[in-house]
Amino acid sequence: MLSSPYIAEKSSVSIIMLKVLAALVPGIAVYVWLFGPAILVTLTLASVTALVLETSAVRLRGWPARPFLMDGSALVTAWLLALSLPPIAPWWLIVVGTFFAIVVAKHLYGGLGNNLFNPAMVGYAVLIISFPVQMTQWPSPLSLAGAHLGLLDSAQYIFTGILPDGLKLDAISSATPLDTLRTQLQLEHTVREITRLPVFGSIGGTGGEVVVLMYLLGGLYLWLARIITWHIPAAFIAGLWITGGLFHVADPDRYISPWFHLATGGAMLGAFFIATDPVSGATTPRGKLIFGAGIGMLTYLIRTLGGYPDGVAFAVLLMNIMVPLIDAYTQPKVYGHKQKEPAE
Amino acid sequence: MTRQLYEFNGGVHPEQHKHASTRRPIAIAPLPKVLVVPLRQHIGHPAKPVVAVGEQVWKGQTIGQAEGYVSVAVHAPTSGTVTAIASHAVAHPSGLADMCITIAPDGLDRWIEHGALDYRNMDPSHLRNQLRELGIAGLGGAVFPSFIKLNPGAAQKVPTLILNGAECEPWITCDDMIMRERAAEILAGAAIMRHMLRCDEVLVGIEDNKPEAIAAMRAAASQCDFAVEVVAVPTLYPGGGAKQLIKTLTGKEVPSGGRSTDIGVATFNVGTAYSLHRAVNHGEPLISRIVTVTGNVHRPQNFEVLIGTPLAELVRLTGATRDDTSGYVMGGPMMGIDLASSDVPVVKATNCILVKSPALFPPPPPAMPCIRCTRCAQACPADLQPQELYWFARAKNFGKTQEYNLFDCIECGVCTYVCPSHIPLVQYYRYAKSEIWAKEKDKKAADLARERHEFRQLRIEREKQERAAKLAQKASARLTGATADSPDDSASAAKKDAIQAAIERAKAKKEGITPRNIDNLPAEQLQEIAEIEARRARIRAMAQDSVEK
Ligand code: SF4
Ligand code: SF4
Repeated sequence: MLSSPYIAEKSSVSIIMLKVLAALVPGIAVYVWLFGPAILVTLTLASVTALVLETSAVRLRGWPARPFLMDGSALVTAWLLALSLPPIAPWWLIVVGTFFAIVVAKHLYGGLGNNLFNPAMVGYAVLIISFPVQMTQWPSPLSLAGAHLGLLDSAQYIFTGILPDGLKLDAISSATPLDTLRTQLQLEHTVREITRLPVFGSIGGTGGEVVVLMYLLGGLYLWLARIITWHIPAAFIAGLWITGGLFHVADPDRYISPWFHLATGGAMLGAFFIATDPVSGATTPRGKLIFGAGIGMLTYLIRTLGGYPDGVAFAVLLMNIMVPLIDAYTQPKVYGHKQKEPAE
Repeated sequence: MTRQLYEFNGGVHPEQHKHASTRRPIAIAPLPKVLVVPLRQHIGHPAKPVVAVGEQVWKGQTIGQAEGYVSVAVHAPTSGTVTAIASHAVAHPSGLADMCITIAPDGLDRWIEHGALDYRNMDPSHLRNQLRELGIAGLGGAVFPSFIKLNPGAAQKVPTLILNGAECEPWITCDDMIMRERAAEILAGAAIMRHMLRCDEVLVGIEDNKPEAIAAMRAAASQCDFAVEVVAVPTLYPGGGAKQLIKTLTGKEVPSGGRSTDIGVATFNVGTAYSLHRAVNHGEPLISRIVTVTGNVHRPQNFEVLIGTPLAELVRLTGATRDDTSGYVMGGPMMGIDLASSDVPVVKATNCILVKSPALFPPPPPAMPCIRCTRCAQACPADLQPQELYWFARAKNFGKTQEYNLFDCIECGVCTYVCPSHIPLVQYYRYAKSEIWAKEKDKKAADLARERHEFRQLRIEREKQERAAKLAQKASARLTGATADSPDDSASAAKKDAIQAAIERAKAKKEGITPRNIDNLPAEQLQEIAEIEARRARIRAMAQDSVEK
């Protein structure tokens, strides 16, 4: 028996997820252009793994596999994870990360819509804690690299660990700008000296800053397409920028400009694509602001004061824990009610 | 000077489909072969039949008398013979039948004697009573008795009168057409309302997708002997919801659980104003209304239809039934109700008959889990968090649904409309509401039953005692000269004390029953409850289906 409404907007989870994937494409394309095609291998590997795991999990639950595979959420998780990992990381790293993302973070918590934590970030966190060494092998920007790996060579390296004859890992990989900044600061160099190093570009890292810009554009598209609201990205950016700005003003020799932080690492990917994961994020407008600002702030603190090169993943997971509390205390005023009444 | 408008949260822009039924003027539907007039057309008490089977009735004659406070009379829509007073299928979501008076028209359409009321010189309460007798009720869909709303109450006046011509639901055009064609009469009705409520200002809110209606109403307003402001409001569903229109026009919000007069505003549908004019200035009871017949039909059109006209006969006026017709909806696609059969009569609430086909109204794809995307919350005009309500309703955590203000939900359907997971959210809210009301009722019933049980125990006890006392008396009569202070007696005294205590307990309990929710509600909400109650059986089954899925 049907009941009203008898009409609906043309939208579906699949359409939303497809748009999210589409919004990632410019960033990926620029990445391939500036860093080589290895990322395509890891993206494919993560996607296939995610789909296989998702199918098995859905089957185990006795749900119809088709609609759940078609929803595209597993692919989004896979892509976000792959984009957070070094593109020349060994294949098993991708597989293990995807397993934790899809099986542990998502399905052990009840599947689509029920996970408390951002699945991709759970995968990332497990890897960086368990395999810190493998997680630091990032490809150098092609403009700085001594050699250039083609698609097949990349695949061979990822799956077998064997580089083409005569090529050393050093020739194709280097530390990320965030890593470089950290180690150089420990060597008592000033920010001014450090940023003269070739891995640093005009704002962020060489090459990387362009990728980040593409993620920003992709994110703006998501906002215009009304897939996400402005609250979380804006608050994330503001939280990161303001915290970074305060440190920077206090001691510009030790603390790099907040613009650098926005233009490197997972900042833009995090602000527009990861922190905006609806399932594990805050849902009320004010809650989203708190949630986003918290992630931005924590990202900066972890990057600067903590032990890990990038802080987005842990910041997101920490704020995920806070979501029920944030939501409960930020319920908007309901029509006809005087003031907000705490829902708790 | 343009009026400052305010925004309510959210809203959606479903496809309009309105011009289909506005290309032709309102047609007078021919006299049907039979008229079936339900005695219950709104919340509160059904009317009490005052005619007998076989009796001749005249057009406009009262056939059902108002009973109880929230009730209005029903009338014979034409002259003819009463052929049945019996249960008949009616337009109700529950699909249940209800008492109806069936009239076989004699084709003469003979009116009873009727004439205008001199409302300006009438005692207000007498006037309201007359409106009750004339069966005037809101035609916007809620069918609330107008005489109740036309009482200015303790404040002696309601400063702002709003005529609701927004008509935000897709497909429906009956208000649009009546404003285009009968603007002056609508304002004549507004004059009566203005007089009764002592209003300072009269506003007409019309969505800006009806330029013809706006022009017609403005033209009529310029001829009016009082100021009428015709305001074009943005086309945004559910901008025609009373609460939303009030917010748009005045910036004020109707307090939760309260009524609009609390903030000095009265709203009436434009069709109601027209009927009021017919009733007061011509003495005609409410026996017809404008109905849009649209959707999967050959010639969508608005008709002036006698209350009681069978739906099937009305739909036939638009041409032969199309083969792919899959059902009928009373109302619009957002809030309308599915009709179990086409054998139901048009009632005062029937603003639209929407004929369905799978092509026009495809069934929704299977529901997916909620991904907490909050599109529903962004679109909810009541500023609720539908995803939380859904979560709690599904978990049958009804206490939480109330904390999240379930009862501020106006069931507009917007959340379901936007949900990318295709979750029938409103269905869950209707289910939760009906469960909560049912629990309230069960609780009351249980209290009552317990009370009864205790009194029964008490009675049995008393009878036992009386018997014992009698026996004792007999015994003592036999044992002549026995002392009055026998152990028997003291035992019975103790028992008497126990009885007294039990009575007190029961009394205390009775007084202690807090009339939560149901008793102290304004009439609008009582109506809502009644509607929900009625939907309950079916929705419960439906929702349980989906809950179990
Ligand atoms: S629109 Fe649907 S999926 Fe999105 S939060 Fe609301 S109920 Fe959940
Ligand atoms: S049906 Fe209720 S919860 Fe859904 S949008 Fe309308 S008012 Fe909000």
